[in-house]
Amino acid sequence: MAAVSAMGFSQHLSSCNDLVPEWTSREVSTGTTIMAVEYDGGVVMGADSRTTTGAYIANRVTDKLTPIHDRIFCCRSGSAADTQAIADAVTYQLGFHSIELDEPPLVQTAANLFKDMCYRYREELMAGIIVAGWDKRRGGQVYTVPVGGMLSRQPVSVGGSGSTYIYGYVDSNYRTGMSKEECLRFTAGALSLAMERDGSSGGVVRLAVINEQGVERQVILGNQLPKFSTV
Amino acid sequence: MCLWCLSESTTAFLPFQTTILAVKFNGGVIIGSDSRASMGGSYVSSKTINKLIQVHDRIFCCIAGSLADAQAVTKMAKFQLSFHSIQMESPPLVKAAASVMKELCYSNKEELQAGFITAGWDRKKGPQVYTVSLGGMLLSQPFTIGGSGSTYIYGYVDAKYKPDMSREECLQFATNALALAIGRDNVSGGVVHLVVITEDGVEHVVIPGDKLPKFHDE
Repeated sequence: MAAVSAMGFSQHLSSCNDLVPEWTSREVSTGTTIMAVEYDGGVVMGADSRTTTGAYIANRVTDKLTPIHDRIFCCRSGSAADTQAIADAVTYQLGFHSIELDEPPLVQTAANLFKDMCYRYREELMAGIIVAGWDKRRGGQVYTVPVGGMLSRQPVSVGGSGSTYIYGYVDSNYRTGMSKEECLRFTAGALSLAMERDGSSGGVVRLAVINEQGVERQVILGNQLPKFSTV
Repeated sequence: MCLWCLSESTTAFLPFQTTILAVKFNGGVIIGSDSRASMGGSYVSSKTINKLIQVHDRIFCCIAGSLADAQAVTKMAKFQLSFHSIQMESPPLVKAAASVMKELCYSNKEELQAGFITAGWDRKKGPQVYTVSLGGMLLSQPFTIGGSGSTYIYGYVDAKYKPDMSREECLQFATNALALAIGRDNVSGGVVHLVVITEDGVEHVVIPGDKLPKFHDE
């Protein structure tokens, strides 16, 4: 909230001056599309790669899939600074916890650490995070921690500014019991549709598959994205 | 508007509290909407409102935005079109109907807050769909969606639309799209109203809430 009033004030000052572009007074945001799907044996996570400062694309090849532990990743949306800071803090806490426990941490533990931080500092933060991974107790899991600090486990979760455009597609195309390949196609399709409609999402599609064997990462470039017939 | 409401919820003011769409198929158009009218997103003032207005025999409009403005504009358009068709001694073109709405929206853009989808059939160009936006832009498209619920189905309609669908495929497409939007948008709901317009006539299909297609999490 302090950020909103500060932004407005400095925008007024710099907008008087044509030599200073409008985006210098904007906060860096990962206005984005992120998604994670559970399947039997693991999870598939995906994200676009655009980071914007107002209308300027600060990074067109961002990696929004951040490792928190060996088999736990998070997708970040919202303020880039806030989500990086939270992810760093949770990575530290989870690493420490895992050493104390002497075994790999649970995905639910990681999700709860995110939730604690996002809820406690909900007035100062602007972060929407999807936590996903694999652990021995419950297999593949997806937890969503949206703005405000709620925690909820869902079989499929979408987030970020581009997610509104694909709720209908995800609702109609998701089925329980999909294979890893079907999940990958589903995620890539949904992300391309969102990137097509949302100005704050774009670039390449980054995918990660997490299962007992480990983490496989893929990148789908712009010209290789699935195409849909929009006349 | 105070700063805290801006940051708390950017959806504090929802202008187009509905879901509307129109789709061309092989031989006609289908125009459809939900049936909920709500005040401020927390009170449903009507569960069964009809947002599909007939402005001529084979031309329908659906409205999004302030209902009062929309009713005033469509009433004016109906009058102008009937007069126009008498003068021309033939049914009006769908483009003429859309242009009438556009003129009204553009000339009164400061006062009005309503957008329209106009769809119908005429002898010259067959089935057509036009959208008139808030500021008065007129655009012809193979299909169009509008209202607050439409944001949730952009991905779905982009993926599923095919040109030259049959009537049944198009009905299924429109019903699914509206059902998905109603499932995610709290200011869209009630029944699904669909109107199928072809050369032969106009058919009104109503699908009550419990007969709507269900998706995996319901």
